Formats: sequence, structure tokens, C-alpha cells
Amino acid sequence: MSLLVDIEKDYGGFRLRARFETSGGITGLLGASGCGKSQTLRCIAGLQRPDRGRILLDGRVLFDSERRIDLPAQQRSVGYLFQSGALFPHMTVRNNILAGLHAVKDTAEKQRALRSALELLALEGLEDRLPGQLSGGQAQRAALARILVSRPRALLLDEPFSAVDSHLREQLQLDLLDLLRTFAGDVILVTHSRDEAYHMCSRIALMDAGCILTAGPVKQVFANPGSSLGARLTGCKNVAAARKAGPRAVLVPDWGVTLQTAAPVGDGAAAVGIRAHALRPDEPRNRMAVAFVGQVEEPFAWIVQVRTPGQRPGTPALWWRMAKGEKPPHMPEALGVAPEDVLVFDS
Amino acid sequence: MDWYPLWNSLRTAALACGAVFLLAVPAAYYAARLPRLLKGALDVVLTLPMVLPPTVVGYFLLMLFGARRPLGQFLAGFGIRVPMTWWAGVLAAAAVSFPLMYRTARGAFEAFDEDLAAAARTLGLSNTWVFWRVRMPLCRPGILAGAVLTFARALGEYGATSMIAGYTPGRTATIATTVYQLWRTDNEALAFRWVLVNLAISTAVLLAVNLLEQRERRRGP
Repeated sequence: MSLLVDIEKDYGGFRLRARFETSGGITGLLGASGCGKSQTLRCIAGLQRPDRGRILLDGRVLFDSERRIDLPAQQRSVGYLFQSGALFPHMTVRNNILAGLHAVKDTAEKQRALRSALELLALEGLEDRLPGQLSGGQAQRAALARILVSRPRALLLDEPFSAVDSHLREQLQLDLLDLLRTFAGDVILVTHSRDEAYHMCSRIALMDAGCILTAGPVKQVFANPGSSLGARLTGCKNVAAARKAGPRAVLVPDWGVTLQTAAPVGDGAAAVGIRAHALRPDEPRNRMAVAFVGQVEEPFAWIVQVRTPGQRPGTPALWWRMAKGEKPPHMPEALGVAPEDVLVFDS
Repeated sequence: MDWYPLWNSLRTAALACGAVFLLAVPAAYYAARLPRLLKGALDVVLTLPMVLPPTVVGYFLLMLFGARRPLGQFLAGFGIRVPMTWWAGVLAAAAVSFPLMYRTARGAFEAFDEDLAAAARTLGLSNTWVFWRVRMPLCRPGILAGAVLTFARALGEYGATSMIAGYTPGRTATIATTVYQLWRTDNEALAFRWVLVNLAISTAVLLAVNLLEQRERRRGP
């Protein structure tokens, strides 16, 4: 149960340099649209050929430019779930799944596999429908059934929930999560949603402009995204340039404040990040005066935008996020942030 | 009434349609995957017969197959003389209707969602399987509609035909050339009969196109 990817590909104006390793479980590939996530999956599946590098799945060489190995997609045993599902539109759900069972010659065995896949993905009763007659979630489940019956060693999920209605998305995520936990091989989930990455994955890799920024266990990466870009990708709203101002202090010129940190600050400190929910009216440390700018109401939370008195003109307002019940009746004059919530980055 | 023009028209259109189908569908399939610049150039060349006056196409055909032209002389060496035969009409109809088949087929191939082929390959299905079981069934309605249009155009061909096949009663006469000849010789009543025959065939062909399109819509994406 391991996948090693170390590839480079020039797309003309865009350079993909993906290096990462997985060892079982669900790995998230999180990045903005166009950062090269899907291209990475396509290279792993054998749908695109990298210029250089190698791809190993469970020790088996799928691609190695030096040894001139490039297994065709058919021989890679890598399942690929497309954004759209990519079910054959002129075939029923049953025939779509049977297409995944083409290697099984025994008819009884084929039918058994078909029935158990229909049951596993709650598709019973839908087997005679055409893909056009399915909901987004049903289509994705049927597409996954078709993949699972072909017994892949790894699963690549390319933004599988983006075509699913948002109110059904979380249920589908939960259903798939249960299912994927029983899947023996590696799973890679490509997504631009940090919530999705957090819900589904045990490990994540952050990707930007064709490169992996950082990779690790999901909680660890969210706690310390490693760079200001990574901080933004994991949903950190307040990011600004900073420099060292003491052994455990950074100066943030954009905000006109100096912040104490929990960990020692390195000489290379270049940026600082504070998550919107880490700003608190009742936190006595790192107090900064703030003035109200605007607010956004979410179903279960408020986002209040504030500026500090010393904030540089033209820089974005600070975001302060709190649950509905926690909103104070009056706008506080100052907000604080715990030193351990001040994230410092070298880039 | 001598029915030879009807028989000759149908045979000419059917043969031209068949030949064009065999040439234009593969051409469209490969053109659809060419790089943009090359595809653009090929498109211009293969679509020209559609926008040129048919007489100009006829002119080019005569330049190729005329008795004193290199290709014509070469064929004459095997005892084959092209101009003023009924199958010179097939050649003319094929040349003029080729772009219709090519363009509709290319449209059908380009509209095909390549993710379907990619998904099939990751499932271990062979390229041949994908071609015959997925790509062809999904592109078929568009290709068939193109074939019917090609047949209709070939049936109505006049300009290039009149130049390279001419009008010889009982030999190269088609409905189109017969109508013109009858009108020219003041046989208006007979010309009108042929017009009715032509209307009936063309209506049937267009109805067939509509039926095909409806079937395509019902299948849905």
C-alpha cells in the first residue's frame, strides 16, 4: 500500500513538478483551480505522459522515464473517478458496471460481483436507468461501483463531489468515507475545498502552481501549513508579511502591530497568519485595537471585518469569525490572539 | 416517361454517398485530433468544394480527368475514359458533397467527451472496445445525419455533373440535368413531372434527417 510520485511535465507556460508519497489511507491533494492537481492524477492513471520522473504503485513501476517504462492506462490497475462520473451515457447502470467487469469471464461470478456492487453503493432498483436519469450523487456512486468491480489497487478521485448538490454532498461524503475505509489500496482525493479535504483525508498535500508546498497528516498541516500560500489554501484569512522583532515576537508592518509567538521565531520569518476564529474579544494576550468595517452573516456564524488603527491603507481588512451565539452585543474595542495561534512562516 | 434519369440519379447518389462515407468519416476522425493549425488548414481544403460554385469544382475535375490531362492520359492507358460517363457523375457528386459528410462527422467526433474514453481505459477496456462500444454509438446519430445530407446533396448535384458528365439521354442523364434539358427544349409538362419526383425524394430524405435527430435527442447525453 504505497504510491510514490515524482514527476515533471511542461504544459507550455505551466510546469508540473509533483513529488509526494502515500502509504495507505486517503490522501488529499488540495489546491486552487489550475494548480495541477488533476494533471497529477492523469499522469498517475496513465492518461497523460510526464516528461520525466517515475511513478511506483506498491513497488510496481507504472512509469519510469529513465528505464523507458510507461504502462498503458489499461494495465495500471488505477481507478479514476471523474468529476462528471464519466458513465457511458447510452448504457444502463447495469451495463456500465458490467463494463468494469469485462475481465471476469465466468457469468455467475460476474452477476455476483454486479449484485454486491449494487448493494454496496445502494444502487438497487436503479440498475436499468440510464445515467441521464440519475441524480448527481447516484451517478457518482454508480461510477464508483464500476471502478470498484474492476478491482483497482489505487483510487484517484478527481473532485468527485463538485457536480453534486450541496445539501447532498455531505451525506455522499460520509457514505464514501465508510466505503473508502474498507478499501485496501491508496486513495487520492483531489479537491479545492479545504472542508472536503479535512472531512475525508488522513493526510493532505498542498499544491500551488504545479508544486507540492507541503504534505503531512491533515491535522498537522492545518495547524502548521508551512507557508503563507499554504495558510491561505487551508483557509487562513489573515495573512501578512512580517519580520522577526524578538526571540518570540514578530512585527507585522501591514497591521502596525507586534505579536508575541509561542514558538521561537527564526531569522528567516517572512509572513504571519492568524485564522479568523483565533481572534477573540476575551483574549488578554496580543491585544490590538480594532475598528469595525463590515460584517457577513453565515448560517451559523458571523464574520466581522475590522481594521487596526495602524493598518496600512490598501491592505485587506482582518477577518474575525465567531459562532452565532458568541457575538457580543457591542463591538469590542480590541481583539486578542493567543501566541500559539500566531503562525509564522518563512515564505 | 423514360425512368432512366431516376435510376441513374439514385445510383449516382448512393455510390457517391457510400464513397464519401468511407473517405470522409476516417478523415473527420483523424482531423478531430490534429493540432489546431493543421486542422484549420485541412479544414479549408476539405470544405472548399462546399463553398465553391459547383461549376468550378467541375472545372477542377476536368483539369484532372480531362483526356489531355496527365491523370486522364494515365487512366486512358488502361482504357478508362472518365468524362461524359455516368460514373463521372458519381465523381462530381462525391466531390461536391464530401464536405457535408466531413463536417458533420467531425462535429460529432469533436462533441464526444474524451473523459468517457479515458474512464474506459482506466477500467482496463481496450481502445478497440472503446471505439466500437462507446465512441461509435455516441457519434452514430451525427454521422448518419451527415450521410443522409450527403445523399441529398449528391442527388441534387447539377453544376459539376453537367460539366464532367454532360447530358446524354439514357447514359448520363440525371433528374437534375433532365429537368434543365426539358425546360430548355420547351417540354414544360414533362419537366414538371420530374420536378415532382425530385420533390418527393428530397422530402423523404429530409424527413429521415429529422427522425434521426429526434432519436438522438431522445437518447440524450
